[in-house]
Amino acid sequence: MRKAVIIGAGMVPVGEHWRLSLRDIAVEALLNAMDDAGIDRVDSLYVGNMISGSFVEQENLGALIADWAGLGNIPAVKIEAACASGGAAVQEGTKAVLSGLEDVVAVVGVEKMTDAWPSDATRYLAYAADADWELFHGASFVALNALIMRYYMKSYGYTEEDLALFAVNAHANGARNPYAMFKRPIKVETVMKSPYIADPLKLFDASPVCDGAAAVIITTPEKAQELGVSKEKWVEVAGVGRAIDTINLANRDDLLTLKAARIAADRAYRMAGVTVKEIDFFEVHDAFTVMAALSLEALGVAEKGKGAELAREGQIAIDGDYPIQTMGGLKSRGHPVGATGVYQTVEAVLQLRGEAPEGIQVPDAEIGLTQNIGGTGSNITVNVFRRV
Amino acid sequence: MGKPMQVSRHWRHFREKYRLIGGKCENGHLMFPKRDVCPVCGSRNVEEYEFSGKGKVLSWTIVRNPPSGFEYYKPYPLALVQLEEGPVVLAQLTDVDPEGIDFGMDVEMVTRKVREFDEDGIILYSYKFRPVLK
Repeated sequence: MRKAVIIGAGMVPVGEHWRLSLRDIAVEALLNAMDDAGIDRVDSLYVGNMISGSFVEQENLGALIADWAGLGNIPAVKIEAACASGGAAVQEGTKAVLSGLEDVVAVVGVEKMTDAWPSDATRYLAYAADADWELFHGASFVALNALIMRYYMKSYGYTEEDLALFAVNAHANGARNPYAMFKRPIKVETVMKSPYIADPLKLFDASPVCDGAAAVIITTPEKAQELGVSKEKWVEVAGVGRAIDTINLANRDDLLTLKAARIAADRAYRMAGVTVKEIDFFEVHDAFTVMAALSLEALGVAEKGKGAELAREGQIAIDGDYPIQTMGGLKSRGHPVGATGVYQTVEAVLQLRGEAPEGIQVPDAEIGLTQNIGGTGSNITVNVFRRV
Repeated sequence: MGKPMQVSRHWRHFREKYRLIGGKCENGHLMFPKRDVCPVCGSRNVEEYEFSGKGKVLSWTIVRNPPSGFEYYKPYPLALVQLEEGPVVLAQLTDVDPEGIDFGMDVEMVTRKVREFDEDGIILYSYKFRPVLK
């Protein structure tokens, strides 16, 4: 079977880019990735994006971005899986390379959220839920996660302070990432003093509304050699897995198991031929602090109900046994929804090349994992990357 | 959302939303809402089933920053209610002191207004749940 390697990675800082449009940041990230690989053309483009039609009245992103990046008449398409769109786009690009149909593929994830009024942004994000049976009743996405958070704390005896530790860890790492939106450390008290948005979920349990774009270039080792890309830059896409769960949270057998993540992780581990013990760091989808805990459990890092305990024990820090959110995660780096899975990928590439910023480089990282959640766990991607 | 073509979009669910009508498959699996395919056994033979409307609060939150269109009603309590027949339903709680909501609280279904639109728009009604009257 063919192998897929990432040979170029690029991004723009996550933030509120008032002067820049969706196409501006997408093209910038894409050209940064192409420059990193030292190439000026690709065979095709996959765009990870959740909801540009609602946020900026723009769909057909494949044509828009390939056209404005000067890529010519290539095939280009948008991949949508709610907040997991970025992770899914990386997978579709990888599949195109592995299939042999395309040799050099570009993947860009982009979301431009700050052009919308805040309560409209809240509405658009809830489109990832069930329109007729959740949003109809006034459920925001934050509210659905708050229902899970309260149930998690009650079921296993955790406090709001326990879950706040995930936000504290994310900020500690993000403070050293020049591309992160919030580059300052916080304390548990910072989280506890922030207002409730949907009790018991507070502002600092949640990732921010923001703008961002990130991109990678994927090809085969043979083609990478032919293109003259230095081997130091290569990172293998070793395993990919994706699965869905019920769109409606209420229809789930177990509110506290991210079944889709468990299935996706099993597939990715099998394809990569790795066990969870061999993985050096985990970029999990901490859109809300409780999701980081549930993700660690679903990925097999922690037993069921013990995810938040890893945070209490300090095991999720860079020098812990299971470093997570090494560049700030969704909480501190930011969560430009459809771009997030590609940011995670770029961050994994930097870690595995040994190019992460000082203080947040995971020592001797060889294998890294990214996990990207769409909906309340209804569409989840898990990707495993390996240093070549 | 409130324009005339949206009437059919909401009208088509009125029996489910006014009377809590879900489904029961040939093997006895209950579901809400009703689907064409039973999520438990895959049976395509699913009939309507009207739930009693009695249940218990499984988890709840207070929505303080609602999606646009719901600003007027904030803050409002939203809950996952486990019906006495088994299935779980997401709905607003009503006629309740937010401080008094608790795990396992007994609730019953009532039909209430969920939201209005513009002056010429439709008014949406649905099930909500209130504490059982003692």
